[in-house]
Amino acid sequence: MSDPQIAAMSRHEDEDRSAHPEMTGQVRSLWSDAWHDLLRKPSFLIPLVIVGLFVLIAIFPGLFTNADPEYAELSKSMQGPSAEAWFGYDLQGRDVFARTIYGARPSIIVGTLAVLLATLFGGLIGIIAGYAGGWIDSLLSRFTEIFLGLPYVLGAIIILSALANTRSGIGSFGIMMIVTLVMALLGWPLVTRIARSAMLAVKHSDYVQAARGLGASPVRIVFKHLLPNALAPIIVIATISVGTFISAEAVLSFLGIGLRPPVISWGVAIADHQNLMRQAAHPVLFPAAALTVVVIAFVMIGDAVREALDPKLR
Amino acid sequence: MAEVAHQADVTEVGYQAGPLLEVDNLHVEFPTRDGIARAVNGVSYSLEQGKTLAVLGESGSGKSVTAQVIMGILDEPGHVSAGEVRFQGRNLLTMSEKERRPLRGNKIAMIFQDALSSLNPVFTVGWQIAEMFRVHQGLTRREAKQKAIEMMDRVRLPAAKNRYNDYPHQFSGGMRQRIMIAMAIALGPDVLIADEPTTALDVTVQAQIMGLLHDLQRESNMGLILITHDLGVVADVADDIAVMYAGRIVEHAPVHDIYRAPAHPYTKGLIESIPRVDLKGQELHAIKGLPPNLLRMPSGCAFHPRCPYRTDQCMTDTPPLYDVGGTRHSACHHWTEVIDDAR
Repeated sequence: MSDPQIAAMSRHEDEDRSAHPEMTGQVRSLWSDAWHDLLRKPSFLIPLVIVGLFVLIAIFPGLFTNADPEYAELSKSMQGPSAEAWFGYDLQGRDVFARTIYGARPSIIVGTLAVLLATLFGGLIGIIAGYAGGWIDSLLSRFTEIFLGLPYVLGAIIILSALANTRSGIGSFGIMMIVTLVMALLGWPLVTRIARSAMLAVKHSDYVQAARGLGASPVRIVFKHLLPNALAPIIVIATISVGTFISAEAVLSFLGIGLRPPVISWGVAIADHQNLMRQAAHPVLFPAAALTVVVIAFVMIGDAVREALDPKLR
Repeated sequence: MAEVAHQADVTEVGYQAGPLLEVDNLHVEFPTRDGIARAVNGVSYSLEQGKTLAVLGESGSGKSVTAQVIMGILDEPGHVSAGEVRFQGRNLLTMSEKERRPLRGNKIAMIFQDALSSLNPVFTVGWQIAEMFRVHQGLTRREAKQKAIEMMDRVRLPAAKNRYNDYPHQFSGGMRQRIMIAMAIALGPDVLIADEPTTALDVTVQAQIMGLLHDLQRESNMGLILITHDLGVVADVADDIAVMYAGRIVEHAPVHDIYRAPAHPYTKGLIESIPRVDLKGQELHAIKGLPPNLLRMPSGCAFHPRCPYRTDQCMTDTPPLYDVGGTRHSACHHWTEVIDDAR
C-alpha cells in the first residue's frame, strides 16, 4: 500500500471516528464492552426486568400482596380467580396469588445459590484440571466423571431420601440449604467439563504461545490470557443454569423430596394440586407460569451474555 | 557458513565479533506411540546482526520446531536431545527458565503465521502492545500508551491513535500481522524470528508485510530469521537461505547463488516448481513423491527416494554438508552434477 493511500485511509477513518465520539474513549475492557452491548439489547433488557421483578418479589413479598399465604379458609377451597383473589384459592382455601408471590423466594434462593456453589467449585476444578494437564487432569476428570455418571434425579432422590429422617425439625432455612447443597453436588461436574475444555482450548491457542514467545511470565499468562478467555463460557453456563436449577428444584419438590412445607414453593404447589387438575387448573397453572417465566428469563439472559462475551459475534 | 559458525571466536564477557545467534548441531525428538519422531537432525545455522536468513522447507521439515527451540517454547513432548543454541555466545539451552524469560521479547522475539489467533481476543490491540512496555520496562499506563501508538505508527498502521482501543477481530489480516510485528519489535529485539508471517495473507498484502519486515530490519539493524515454504517471497528480502528437508539442512547459501544455480536436487526442484510466466501453458514442474515419515526415515540421504540424481551411494551414506565454494554448502553427494545442470 503506498503512502498516499494510507494517508487517505487514515483521513477517512478520522472522519469516521469523529462521527462516533463514543468510539474513542479511554481504555475499554471486554467486560465493559460486553456490558455496554447488553444494555442496548432488548433480548437482554426484557428478561433482566422480569428477573429483577422476581428478585424484588423474593426480597419484599409483602409489597406485592396483603394476603397471608398461610391463612386458609376451607370454605373457599378450589374457588377460581376473582377480583378478591386474582389467582383463586387452592385446596386448603389459601390465596394462590399470595402463595405464588411467597414461592418466589425459595425458588430463586435455591436456584442461584446452588448455581453459585456449583460454578465456584466446578469451575475451580475444571480450570485446575485444564491448566495442569497430565495426571492431575486425569485424576480430577475421573473424579468428575463419577459424579457425572449419577443420573441427576436418581442421585437427588437417593441423597434426599437418605437425609429425609435427619432433616425434620430444621425449619424452612434448613430444608432450603439441604436442597441447595444436593443440587450443587450433582450440578458441578457440568461446569467442570465446560471450564476444563475452555481452559484446554485457550491453553493451546496461538496467542498464549505468542505471549510466551514475547516473554510473558506464567503468572501473567494465567491471569491475562488464560482466565479472561476461559471465564466467558463459565459465566454463560452459570447464567443459563440458574433457570435450569430453578426448574430442577421444582421437579424435586414435585417428587416430594425437595422443598416441602413449611417452605412455600412453586414446585410444592404444583405437586399438591396435580391430581385436581381436571377439577380446577388454576392452583397448578399460576405457579407453573411463574416458574416458566423465570426459567425462560434466565435462559434468555444467558444467551445474551454469551453473545456479548464472544468478541467474534460482536 | 553453518560449518564454520561454531568455531567463531566468542567469549562470554567480551562479546564482539561472531554471529548474533547460532544453532549448532541441534537435534529435537518427539516421542510418539509408534516410536521417536526425529523432527530436527543436526541443524546448524547462524545469523549475523543486520542480516536476514530465510529458512525454507515444506511442512514437517523441522523449520518451525527449530524456531521454537530458539525461543524456548517447544511444546511437550518434544525435547532437545543434542546441540546448542547460542545467543551472543551464551548457550540458551542450559539457561534456567528464569534466565531465559527476560531474553524473550527483549532480545529475541517471534511472530507467527496466523496473526488473528496470535492476538488475545479479549484485549484491545493497543492494550496488548502497551503491555509489552508496562511489563518489560515498567512504564506507566500513559507512557506505555504513548509508546504503543508510536509502535503502531512505525508498522504503518493507518490512524493508529484512533484504533488503539479496537479489538483484534476488528482488523484485517494484514493489519493484524502489523500489530503482531509491532508487539514483537516493541522492545527493540536483536533477533526477530518470523514463522511464516505471510502465509495466511493474500498475495498483495504478503508483499507489503515482507517490505515492512525488510524496512524495520534495516532501520534497527536486527537479525531476521524468516521461516517460509515459499521461495517466491524471500528472494528480495533474504541474504542467505537455508533449505531444510526432513529435519536437516540440505543447502545453505547466499540467496543469489541459490537462485542462479542450486547445488541440491531438492532446492532445484523447489525452484523449478515456481510458476513462471514465460512457461505459461506448460505443465508445472513438481517434485515427485512425498516428504518422508519422520518415524521411518529412509536410509542414507533422506531425499533419495524422490531424487532424480540418486545412486547406490545415496541409499547407504548420509551426505555431509559439502563445501561448495564461497559460503555455500550442499548435502548432496552429487552436487557438482546438480550445479552443472543448472548452469
